[in-house]
Amino acid sequence: MQLTVNGEKRELQAETIGTALVELGMDAAPCAVEVNRTLIPARTRDEHKLTNGDVLEIVTLVGGG
Amino acid sequence: MNLTLDEPAITELTLGPCTLSSRLIAGTGKYPDHDTMQAALAAADCSAVTVAVRRERLVDEQGRSLLDFLDLDRYTILPNTAGCFSAEDAVRVSRLGRDLLEQLDNPGQHWVKLEVLGDRTTLLPDPVGTLEACRELVKDGFCVLCYTSDDPIMAARIRDAGAACVMPAGSPIGSGRGIANPAAIQIIHQMLKDPEHGGDPDYPLIVDAGVGTPSDVTLAMELGADGVLLNTGIAHAQDPVKMAHAMRLACLAGYHGARSGRIPRKLHASASSPWEGVISVIPGE
Repeated sequence: MQLTVNGEKRELQAETIGTALVELGMDAAPCAVEVNRTLIPARTRDEHKLTNGDVLEIVTLVGGG
Repeated sequence: MNLTLDEPAITELTLGPCTLSSRLIAGTGKYPDHDTMQAALAAADCSAVTVAVRRERLVDEQGRSLLDFLDLDRYTILPNTAGCFSAEDAVRVSRLGRDLLEQLDNPGQHWVKLEVLGDRTTLLPDPVGTLEACRELVKDGFCVLCYTSDDPIMAARIRDAGAACVMPAGSPIGSGRGIANPAAIQIIHQMLKDPEHGGDPDYPLIVDAGVGTPSDVTLAMELGADGVLLNTGIAHAQDPVKMAHAMRLACLAGYHGARSGRIPRKLHASASSPWEGVISVIPGE
């Protein structure tokens, strides 16, 4: 399905957030995920089904003040 | 009066559910590299450090990211909403930060350093968006540490909105201009902490932003702040680790100075050596 991941259009096979993170190679480091501007808690990632056209934000912690 | 020569102790600072042994909170941004940051945070002896929430995982040449350099057992991580210009975005970022810290099992999961900015040039807070986001986050169970300008009325509004701590800027973020208006910080202190002005002595006040040099930290603490939050003043110093030591000492100096009862300011001099027994001729006598 086609998704927007961090502002870029991506074609992914994954059906859940959990598998999408693996497919994107973003499953190693801690991250938090929003789908369509709503937080999907880490504990529910594997159950959360993605829908064609979903907009994902995948974020992590960086240095800041 | 205390006659012991032991260095006086610092009481812990309680901010909502978190207790800090150090009064200095340091940022983790803008360092030349992660190793320097790690050494500077240790030199500053802070127990809480701020971080930002971003799309990109910033890694160094060895593929290491910020979290590889932060001892999560030592530091309480305080995620910020830097870069947010609306209440809605600040609430989104706060929730993302909380989810990350829950995964890391860090006590910082209960906190957020709320910043809702007005524009990219001044980085001054948008008071309307700040209040809106503060109310929403408090409702959502967050312990909100709220960045604001040095406007005393706004500080009181933020407290009334349920923030766990008000954090006025000494001067604009990263400007290094220190405490631009000490009287404003004094008035905020009075309004938030003085019972005669409807304040609560235990309500925490932290000076956040603008610190350029150790004396800025000392002044903030002497004005009655419970702590100081800084980043650029250490990270962009020519020697960040040495500056971090200096900031730590400056914080201690201000903390103890504020609790030692300073002498009143006087217009004229007051001799430290006795007049009795002088052998000289004193003009006019």
